[in-house]
Amino acid sequence: MSKAPDSDHWLVRPTTIRRLWQVSAAVLLLIVLLQIAIKVKGYFVLDGWFGFGALFGFLSCVAMVLVAKALGPLLKRPTSYYAPGDRDD
Amino acid sequence: MIEMLPPALILIAGALLIGPLRGHARNAVLLLAPALTLWAIWQIPDGVSATVPFLDYELELVEGSPVRRLFATIFALMAVVGGLYAFRTARWYELAAAYAYAAGAVGVCFAGDLITMFLFWEIMALFSAVVVWSGGTEASRRAGIRYIIMHLLGGVILKVGIEGVVVHTGSIDMQPMLATNFDTWMILIGILINAAAPPISAWLADSYPESSPTGSVFLSAFTTKTAVLALILLFPGEPVLIGIGLYMVMYGIIYALLENNIRRILAYSVVNQVGFMVCAVGIGTQMAINGAAAHAFAHIIYKALLFMSAGAVVYRTGMNKCTEVGGLFRTMPLTAICGIVGALAISGFPLTSGFTTKTMISQAAANDGLAIVYLLLAAASAGVFLHAGIKFPWFVFFQKDSGLRPKDAPWNMAAAMVIFSALCILIGVFPELLYRYLPYPVDYDAYTPDKVLFYLQLLLFSGLAFFLLLPLMRRTDTISLDTDWIWRVGLKRIGVLLYRGLAETGAAISAATEQTLAAIGREARHYLGAERRPADGERGFFARSWPIGLTALWIAVLLSAYVFVYYLS
Repeated sequence: MSKAPDSDHWLVRPTTIRRLWQVSAAVLLLIVLLQIAIKVKGYFVLDGWFGFGALFGFLSCVAMVLVAKALGPLLKRPTSYYAPGDRDD
Repeated sequence: MIEMLPPALILIAGALLIGPLRGHARNAVLLLAPALTLWAIWQIPDGVSATVPFLDYELELVEGSPVRRLFATIFALMAVVGGLYAFRTARWYELAAAYAYAAGAVGVCFAGDLITMFLFWEIMALFSAVVVWSGGTEASRRAGIRYIIMHLLGGVILKVGIEGVVVHTGSIDMQPMLATNFDTWMILIGILINAAAPPISAWLADSYPESSPTGSVFLSAFTTKTAVLALILLFPGEPVLIGIGLYMVMYGIIYALLENNIRRILAYSVVNQVGFMVCAVGIGTQMAINGAAAHAFAHIIYKALLFMSAGAVVYRTGMNKCTEVGGLFRTMPLTAICGIVGALAISGFPLTSGFTTKTMISQAAANDGLAIVYLLLAAASAGVFLHAGIKFPWFVFFQKDSGLRPKDAPWNMAAAMVIFSALCILIGVFPELLYRYLPYPVDYDAYTPDKVLFYLQLLLFSGLAFFLLLPLMRRTDTISLDTDWIWRVGLKRIGVLLYRGLAETGAAISAATEQTLAAIGREARHYLGAERRPADGERGFFARSWPIGLTALWIAVLLSAYVFVYYLS
C-alpha cells in the first residue's frame, strides 16, 4: 500500500506512536517514583523494596517469554500435525 | 417434600421451547427463561427446600446457600447476555443446547447431594458437547468427539468416587471432605477434569476454539466454574489444590504465549484464571474462598466479554488467527474497546473487576504467610497482562495492518459486549456490589494506595516487557503439543506397533504350521503310494513291487500265526 503516512488512522501515524512511547515512558517513571510518596508496606520483606513491583513484573514477564520461546521448538507443530483439517485454522 | 422447584427446570423448559418456536416467540423465550431463572434463584432460602425419594435415598434437589446463589446468578446472567449475543446468528440447536448446558450448571449450583450433582454434571457434559459440535465444521466434529470422551470419562471417575463415598459413609450429602482415600480422590479427580487441571488441561483449548463464534462464549462460562463451585463445596482447604492451581496458572500463560489462534489464546487463559480460583480453594481460608467465588463471578463476565469480542472478529472476518488479522480497530472500534475492557479486567487493572477479586486471593495467600504462592500469583498476574491483557488486543486490533476492513459487530453482539463491559467496570469501581453476596463477611479493601501502586508497577512494567520483547513473540502458524499428544498420537503409535507385531507373529506361526502340515501330508502320501516329486523312481511303501519270495515268506508267516492262534483257542 502506497498511502501517504498521514492518510492512515491518526493512531498509527509515526508521530503519534513516538508521542505514545514518550508518554508511556513518563508514566512508567512516575509510577516508580510515586513510591517515594506512597509507602508500600509489603507482606514479606522483599515486596516492600523500592520499585519491587516494577522489577518483579518486568523480570517475570521476560522469564515467561523466554521459557515459552525455549519450549517453542519442542512443542510447536504445523497446524495439520494431527490430521489435515483437524484444526479449523 | 418440595417447597421450591429447581430453577434449572425453567432453563430446561426454555431449551425445549427454543426448537419448536420461531421468530419473536423464540426470542422471548431466550430472554425470559434465564430472567425467570434469575428470579427463581433469589427465592431460594438457605438450607434444603426440595427433596425427592430415590431408591433408598432422599435426593436434595434444591439446597440454598450464599455461594450457591452467587454462582447460579452469574450462570443465569451469562445465559441472558449470551442469548442476546447469539440469538441472531446461532442455529436453534446451538441455542437450545447452550440453554440446557446452562441449566445443568444452575442445577449443580443447588444440588444438595452427590447424586443430584452428578445428574446435572452429566447434563452439562452432554449439551456442552452439542455446543462444540454446533461449530459445524469437520474440525469441530472431531474436537467434539474428543471433548465428550474426556467428559464422559471424567463423569465415570466422579461416579466411582461418589459410589465409594456413599457405600463407605452411607451419606450422599455434599459436605466438605479432604482427598484422603480412594473414594475422595476419585471425586476430586472427576471434578478437576472439568476444571481443566493438569495433566489433562488440553481438552479445553482443543475444543472451545472449534465451536462457533457464539458457542465459545457459552462454553467459556459454565464447565470450569461449576468445577470451582464443586471444589468450594467439597474440597475447601485441600492442600493439593494449591500446587495444581499454580501449575494451571503458569501452564495457561506459557501456552497462550505460544498460540496463534485468537480464541485458543483466550481458552488457555481460562485455564490460567481457573488456576487462580483452584489455588484459592486450596488455601481454604474464608478470605480465600471469598476470593475464589468473587473471582469466578468476575471471570465469567470478562472472559465471556473477551470471547464475544473475539467471536465478533471471527464472525465478521471468518479468520481465526493472529497471523491473519490485525489493524481491525479502524473499522471495529466498539469491538476493540470492549475487547480492551475485557483484557484490562482479566489482567486485574485497577478500576476493573479483576483487580477487586484477584487481589483478594493474593491477600489470602499473604495472610496465610504463603510467600512463594503470593509471589507466584503476582508473577502470574503480570503474565496474564502479557498473554491476554496486551497480546490479545494487540495482535487482533493493532499490530500490522492486515488490510481487512470488516464492519463492526452487529447490534445485538455490540449490546451484549457493552453490558458486560459495563459490569466489568461497575464491579471494579464499586466492589461492594459483589462483596456483599460473597459466602463469608468481607473484611477487605482492594483500593489501598500501596496495593494500587504495587499492581500498577507490576502491570505497566509487564506492558513494557511485552513491547520490548515483541520481536521474540512473532506469531507462527502452528499449534502446540500438549499431554493429549499421548493419547492422540503416542497411544495410537503404540497400538499400531502392537498390531503390526501381532500380525507379523501370527503370519509367521501360520506359515510354519502350513509348511509342517504340507511336509507331513507329502510323507503320508508317499508312504501310501504316491511318487515323490521330482519322480526318483522309488515309490511309496505300498506301491513298491516286492520280490515273490518275500511275499511267499509273509504268507507263510501269516498262515503260521493263524494256525498258532487257532491252536491256542
